[in-house]
Amino acid sequence: MLEINNLQAKIDDGKQILKGLTLKMNPGEVHAIMGPNGSGKSTLANILAGKGGYEVTGGSVDFLGKDLLELEADERAGEGLFLAFQYPVELPGVNGTYFLRTALNSIRKYRGEKPIEVRDFQVMIKEKAAELQLDPQLLSRAVNEGFSGGEKKRNEVLQMSILNPKLCVLDETDSGLDIDALQIVSEGVNRLRNKDNAFLVITHYQRLLTHIVPDFVHVMVDGKIIKSGGKELAFELEERGYSWTRDEANAGANNQAHL
Amino acid sequence: MDTNTDNSTQFLEEFSEREYKWGFTTDIESETLEPGLNEEVITFISKKKNEPEFMLQWRLEAFKKWKEMEEPDWAFINYPPINYQDIIYYSAPKSTAKYQSLDEVDPELLRTYEKLGIPLSEQKKLAGVAVDAVFDSVSVATTYKAELDKHGIIFCSISDALRDHPELVKKYMGSVVPHTDNFFTCLNSAVFTDGSFVYIPKGVRCPLELSTYFRINAKNTGQFERTLIIADEGSYVSYLEGCTAPMRDENQLHAAVVELIAMDNATIKYSTIQNWYPGDENGKGGIYNFVTKRGLCQGVNSKISWTQVETGSAITWKYPSCILKGDNSVGEFYSVALTSKMQQADTGTKMIHIGKNTTSTIVSKGISAGRGQNSYRGLVKMMKGADNARNFSQCDSMLIGSKCGAHTFPYIEVKNPTAKVEHEATTSKIGEDQLFYCNQRGIPTEDAVSMIVHGFCKEVFKELPMEFAVEARQLLAINLEGSVG
Repeated sequence: MLEINNLQAKIDDGKQILKGLTLKMNPGEVHAIMGPNGSGKSTLANILAGKGGYEVTGGSVDFLGKDLLELEADERAGEGLFLAFQYPVELPGVNGTYFLRTALNSIRKYRGEKPIEVRDFQVMIKEKAAELQLDPQLLSRAVNEGFSGGEKKRNEVLQMSILNPKLCVLDETDSGLDIDALQIVSEGVNRLRNKDNAFLVITHYQRLLTHIVPDFVHVMVDGKIIKSGGKELAFELEERGYSWTRDEANAGANNQAHL
Repeated sequence: MDTNTDNSTQFLEEFSEREYKWGFTTDIESETLEPGLNEEVITFISKKKNEPEFMLQWRLEAFKKWKEMEEPDWAFINYPPINYQDIIYYSAPKSTAKYQSLDEVDPELLRTYEKLGIPLSEQKKLAGVAVDAVFDSVSVATTYKAELDKHGIIFCSISDALRDHPELVKKYMGSVVPHTDNFFTCLNSAVFTDGSFVYIPKGVRCPLELSTYFRINAKNTGQFERTLIIADEGSYVSYLEGCTAPMRDENQLHAAVVELIAMDNATIKYSTIQNWYPGDENGKGGIYNFVTKRGLCQGVNSKISWTQVETGSAITWKYPSCILKGDNSVGEFYSVALTSKMQQADTGTKMIHIGKNTTSTIVSKGISAGRGQNSYRGLVKMMKGADNARNFSQCDSMLIGSKCGAHTFPYIEVKNPTAKVEHEATTSKIGEDQLFYCNQRGIPTEDAVSMIVHGFCKEVFKELPMEFAVEARQLLAINLEGSVG
């Protein structure tokens, strides 16, 4: 589904962030990326979603057979890529339901489908909001305006469930959530999991991964993935921190140099 | 990868430099005077319109005063000096006869209206709009007269009002905006050629939205309308004013005067959409719009509400105001002003609280794009007798791109210790983050900008009558579906 090959990218002002990142994801899989602050996790999410302000200096990203980097951000969404934001922005005066219907219809239009009937949409949004225990009142307000941190994150998952993407990138979705909200958000994500879609979960902490259990865990340090493993790797990281993975990677590199 | 920053910046630039869609000229023979302004010209206009003698004297008095006045220069706008002797002060379609039905109206004229989407047609009739269309200074068609007659409502051109109701015109014209009020009102008072007159009798709720579409057409002709609306005790009227103008290279001067008078318990709602040619992206051409609009809440519990959507003109100088004289009277000002390309707008309001328990609300939304400059200038004045008067002002500015400007000049004068004045102001930039958020949800940038701008203006749009709100959305290149209100 997603093949990132030796991806290198820098911020427009010049600092190199991604230094040869490679990652392959298949449908039905959940991958977690963990790593210390500043390792480039959020940059990866932004570059995949097509945010401005970065320059890709090398490598490639293939998404469902298309060159992802050639597409505009809205086209990527149309192809089925969704980013759950770490800090969802507020859109003052833009009605939440209207926003979501416009988003859904834009994606349908991109795919050559007809716009959804207003009534069908209302039924759908009501159902999904109830599943996420999201106050329907929030949706008649402006997008994210005056929402609590938890409400914003639940709103992200609501949008995800309505837009039904093929690949979801969750950027620090657990930050700012209390235990209850974490539970609700995770359940929302787990409900969406199926054999045809995939999730890339970016997080600092292992605690999210006890709720959204990954198939693979990757450790990202200094712009690349230096270690990959199964879900048990997350526990090991929680216990031992990141430094040992770095040492291990360095040792590996040194050994190679000696050989 | 080429970054999206470039794309969205480029888009924002293109977005703010859209071509003016309504630029064209209608080929109708006009009866036009030579350029220049003097007593002969004024006398010609007055005679041409068969005006009563008092009107001519009034005009000449204004002209005399005007010659002694200086053009105001305090507004935050820049333009080359205007040569008032280069302007043509009278131009009228040749056939000035009134028509009994639309079939008799010059088809070329009707086609112009059609191109403009002006609702003279049956379809608009269904929407309940009576139109008094002003085409280059002379009214050519009035619909729905019968329906209005039934209620005793007078809705006609100022020229007709001078002929049929001279006593009303004499009593009220200049009573809110004295003909010598300022440089541009003097000019207007001397040379105005037409405009609308509305009188709503006691206790009558006007059953239709009254609508006048103005259009500047003949080359180099300044347009100087006057509008006078009187709402007698306990009456209600909603009045719509909408404008477009053909594409021109020379700047065209426009100096209108609008006066509103609300008696006891009367309400006047005045909505404007102004879409005159703004000039090109280098500031060439475009309308100069110097307008004086003022409403007098004469009676107790009266209310005057101004709503304006200003998207056109190269220069906008306009401060629709309320004099809150009657106790408990209410003044409102809702404004969206969009400046793009090289447009400059200095607009706002004045709320003068005289009576007790008077309240006023100001909501101003300025949007600057391209190299546009957008200023809010507002005065809130609480006079000595304005016990418990209250004002709330909110002035928000939005910047699109990095070459435009937004400015706020609030003036507050309070002479009564029980009065309350609140002022809030914000400035924001359409964020790359906001655009990216919308894009990431599949919404293309163009739609996203529209959505964000419309969200920003929502508080003002909801004050507009429905059909106007639709037009306003289009003008801001927004295609939302039925979300206003």
